[in-house]
Amino acid sequence: MVVNLRGLNMSGNSVAHDQYRLDFKELDGRLVPDSPSWLSENRQIAFSEFENLGFRTTKRANERWKYTNIAPLARTGFRYRFEPNEDVVTIRSIRELLPWHEDWTRLVFVDGMYSDLLSNPDNNSSDVYVGQLREAMVDRSDVIENSLGSLVSYSKDGFLAANMAFLSDGAFVHVSNGVSPRKVIHLIFVSTGDEDPMVSYPRTLVLAGSGSDMTLVESYVGLLNNSYFTNAVTEVLVEDGSKVEHYRYMKESQDAFHVGTSRVQLGRDSTFSSSSFSQGSSIARNDLGVTFNSPGSSCSLSGLYQASDSEHVDSSIDIDHASPNCSSDQYFKGILDGNSRGVFSGKVLVRPEAQKTIARQADKNLLLSEGARINTKPSLEIFADDVVCSHGATAGALADELMFYMMSRGIDEKTARSLIVYGFASEIIDKFNLAPIRDRIECLLLDGSDFQ
Amino acid sequence: MLDIRDLQVEVSGERILKGVNLTVNAGEIHAVMGPNGSGKSTLTHVIAGKPGYDVVQGEVVFEGIDLLELSPDQRAREGIFLAFQYPVELPGVRNRQLLKSALDAVRLHRGQEELSAREFDKLFKTKVKEIGMDAELMKRSVNEGFSGGEKKRSEILQLSMLDPKLALLDETDSGLDIDALKSISESINRRVSSDRSTLLVTHYQRILNYVQPDCVHVLVDGIIVESGGRELASELEASGYKSFKDKDIQE
Repeated sequence: MVVNLRGLNMSGNSVAHDQYRLDFKELDGRLVPDSPSWLSENRQIAFSEFENLGFRTTKRANERWKYTNIAPLARTGFRYRFEPNEDVVTIRSIRELLPWHEDWTRLVFVDGMYSDLLSNPDNNSSDVYVGQLREAMVDRSDVIENSLGSLVSYSKDGFLAANMAFLSDGAFVHVSNGVSPRKVIHLIFVSTGDEDPMVSYPRTLVLAGSGSDMTLVESYVGLLNNSYFTNAVTEVLVEDGSKVEHYRYMKESQDAFHVGTSRVQLGRDSTFSSSSFSQGSSIARNDLGVTFNSPGSSCSLSGLYQASDSEHVDSSIDIDHASPNCSSDQYFKGILDGNSRGVFSGKVLVRPEAQKTIARQADKNLLLSEGARINTKPSLEIFADDVVCSHGATAGALADELMFYMMSRGIDEKTARSLIVYGFASEIIDKFNLAPIRDRIECLLLDGSDFQ
Repeated sequence: MLDIRDLQVEVSGERILKGVNLTVNAGEIHAVMGPNGSGKSTLTHVIAGKPGYDVVQGEVVFEGIDLLELSPDQRAREGIFLAFQYPVELPGVRNRQLLKSALDAVRLHRGQEELSAREFDKLFKTKVKEIGMDAELMKRSVNEGFSGGEKKRSEILQLSMLDPKLALLDETDSGLDIDALKSISESINRRVSSDRSTLLVTHYQRILNYVQPDCVHVLVDGIIVESGGRELASELEASGYKSFKDKDIQE
């Protein structure tokens, strides 16, 4: 059953739908006067798609969401925030939550709204533009119209449709051909939450010009421990011969919902690397798709996900090898405690024309409790014959044996646990080439313990 | 040093040890021999405190302390060490890190100061050489990518570093070639002193050609059916465990 948001369902989704419709009307009324017409039209179409699609909560014929039940998310009428809640957010308060470096270029969005006060943009030169999408739609309308939404199709996915329907602003990163910005670009999306469940729709568009080289960090954090929904979409267009080093840091509140969709397209001889860290959330979904459209490019994806209590973290990776001589490498690790659940599905498609493809994928998990579970589903679909592909998944090494081994050497339980967790994670942590991110992750993993 | 009285242990409702009595005095080496499934490993696990075993009766006393009341790490700090039959791999945990943490914990408990990094490295280097470990191997994560023999050597290295009062060796001799067996035997012999004891659990008599036990016990089906001097091991070598099994049944 597809839950149709037009009100004909039994699970209370009509209430949710009423809220979305009300907010869309309100937002549309506010945005239309200043929006380019193509955008207004797109938003209208997207909202009607969203009304048709809703959020699918069934298991049958819903392979992509097989292990993640989004019913709690689907039945909640998350409200859109029209007035900024900037007052509660200060540099000081977000610094404590985030990987931080004073020198980084920084865009800060609070509940989806750009904060002038907290940001440190870089949009004065012709080489690099790191700024608001809303402004860029005026200044660089052609570029945006051609690329925004080019990698995501909202006709099949309710989350993408909703993000498009409610698109009012976002982050736009454009690095011109041959340019290598010296500074790391940090896009920060903070949710403040409220007594009522609120939703935000972070949107990011990244254009890496030919031969450019950039380092980009996306951070999603919750300020207070309450229920909210972050529905984020990121598109990255990596042009010929360019290099993008990407990081994604997610530390939402424990009761939050997070659905992040990232789509990457790689040009000829380009390189894309991405490392992600996800912790927290009632339901977190990190959906990353990479398409190889031209020969000679490579991507390296890694991630560390951690969940405890009744948290649920889902990583869905989709690699499309549509061109020869490309390589993709996936390496993910999960640390699951309490009654938490992890889901990993990594799909690699090697099309007939994608000869000489090298594709590797691996997912390893550490289960720290009997209640923790992991569903890991690596899959390779290979239609070319001259390829090197491998996958490996270890459903979960139970930490008991490791704990006993260490404790039998005299090491106390807390220390043993930290050493095991840190040791397990270190391989992925080492892939974060930026010390501020490594430090944050180490701090979160060790929960205040101190190890070298 | 170690007194085990009427130890009865179950795993998932199945009785594995059915009343084991064993006394190991300070300075002694004891060998417990027995066929597969006789409960040898269970005995060492229960002494070391591995979870998953239900002690339904009996006691295990170590230097006057009721071991069964202590967690595995407390037991280790009191001076008990278990060399694993199947040492686990610890991804990302360096050998040096494990041993430094362990040694610090043990020394603090003994009222000694932690070793400085330099002192530790010196000791570590000496022991690595003494055991004949490949020093490059020790830079890896604990047991990761080690061969069976290397894992066993690594266990002995840990034993040698931590210098416990009582060493429990769970089939440390199995799967070793003759050179490794000799080298490990030397390490065990080097331990011998008036205040250190060793309980060696083995299936084969082979290691007893190099390590001379003060006492040999034959464990069959959860019971020690015979105890004696080292000549008992030779007897076993000649006749196998079958005669003891028959004896057990007759009794």
